[in-house]
Amino acid sequence: MSARLMIISAIQQVAVEQNKMLRPLTDDLELLESGLDSLCFAILVARLEDKLGFDPFASSDEIEFPVTLGEFVSVYDNAAVPA
Amino acid sequence: MTMPPSPPETLRSALVAAAGTLGGGGIRVALARMRHGSCLGDAADELAGKSVLIAVASQLEAALVLIELDGLCRRLVLLPPDVKEAQLAPIIRDAEADAIVCSDPGAFAASGLTSVYVPNLDIVPLAGKARISLRTEWLMLTSGTTGDPKIAVHTLAGLTGAIASRTLSTSPPVWATFYDIRRYGGLQIFLRAVFGGGSLVLSRPGEPVADHLARLAAENVSHVSGTPTHWRKALMSAAIAQFHPAYIRLSGEIADQAILDSLRLNFPDAAIGHAYASTEAGVGFDVNDGLEGFPESYLAEPRNGVELRMADGALHIRSNRMASHYAGRPDLELTDADGWVDTGDMVELRNGRCYFAGRRGGIINVGGLKVHPEEVETVINRHGAVRQSRVKPRKSPVIGAIVVADVVLCETAANSDLIKQDILALCRSTLAPHKVPALINLVTAIEMTPGGKVSRQNA
Repeated sequence: MSARLMIISAIQQVAVEQNKMLRPLTDDLELLESGLDSLCFAILVARLEDKLGFDPFASSDEIEFPVTLGEFVSVYDNAAVPA
Repeated sequence: MTMPPSPPETLRSALVAAAGTLGGGGIRVALARMRHGSCLGDAADELAGKSVLIAVASQLEAALVLIELDGLCRRLVLLPPDVKEAQLAPIIRDAEADAIVCSDPGAFAASGLTSVYVPNLDIVPLAGKARISLRTEWLMLTSGTTGDPKIAVHTLAGLTGAIASRTLSTSPPVWATFYDIRRYGGLQIFLRAVFGGGSLVLSRPGEPVADHLARLAAENVSHVSGTPTHWRKALMSAAIAQFHPAYIRLSGEIADQAILDSLRLNFPDAAIGHAYASTEAGVGFDVNDGLEGFPESYLAEPRNGVELRMADGALHIRSNRMASHYAGRPDLELTDADGWVDTGDMVELRNGRCYFAGRRGGIINVGGLKVHPEEVETVINRHGAVRQSRVKPRKSPVIGAIVVADVVLCETAANSDLIKQDILALCRSTLAPHKVPALINLVTAIEMTPGGKVSRQNA
């Protein structure tokens, strides 16, 4: 599964669990408008870390939290450098 | 009928009616032998009036030394088995210790104490000299997790304040405890065995749970005490089926409904009670109605000399069973100006009952909202497939921390993902969203502290 598919699937699962209505998950969707709150994002990041083995936001102080869903996915794509 | 306890002069004087034995490590000692017996011989006289560290290797030696030295020494400092060498210097300083009783003098050569005594399990007759009878202070280490341990100062009268005299109509109990008797919870059981004319089967360090339970069954143990964590471990062992105690006691941690119900199911004929006690506050109260928490009425008026109140959400206790102060630490107040101990245990009142929410210091901060790990564990433990759980914070760059849970299942489940989802559904139906674990890790065991509690070092 690509990082994108994994992220989308994890977002949908968190939304169901937390009873949140999701907007259509397009690349230009602003995360603040997505329907997820900060708790949802915290859960999302923790779950992705367990699945992918890393948390791109914890590993560097440089990274600013992304604004859109597309930016969010690319943070993971860029961090997933092959060992 | 239960008689109010009359404070004994000394521990030895409580052996007047002793009929039982003290057993551990394959050795069994008749308690009556210590009525006129000695494990230190003539050397004991040299300890008169001193402040003595008890740093022996076994619980049995500790028990005999306590009987021998109570009333003789100014202070007895009871060291639990896991005291680190680096902690000794502050303990010796704060307790003003000037002698040590230990099994291996070599191990304590660095303590600087030159009065060193070694007990002998071959009990000899007490020397004919009249023993002085002091009101010995009993010093116990608190189980604080950070910094040097604090030393709570008790008296035998305070330590035995919750122990009712034995009713003569009942046969003497055979006690056992999963605790070490050098901690407050275990010491209570040792004192109950002595004062109740009963016996005590000691725990052995490192003994597998199944072997321990088999031993308790073989020794016909009737009364047994431990933390909820001890009991959850015991219930995971098949050996529990052969053990039939008459009285089961839980203390030291929150006894939630799940563990009380599990014990009821496994021991349909036993009396099951949970007790509130701490090294500082002493024994507060017992709850014997099979329900978690305690009745709100306990707050209304003093019961058996113990007053309870809620202040800022925490349980406060005032009684004559409390420690009087911290030895050598005039900078630390054990009570407030009116003599109340703040236990740090947070309590919530619902429908006429007080429920323990968790420790004040253990709160997880999820984006500014507070979560008690114990509150979430109580919900997870209600799931039929769950034997034990530990809820802890996980750092989150987004929100500070989120809640995650380690869960031990009763037995290996076929579809663990389904059970995880089921546990989460239970949490979501009961808890506020920020309290629901973001992740559940299925684990085979949860680390336990030497005192038998869920380890919360990560908290």
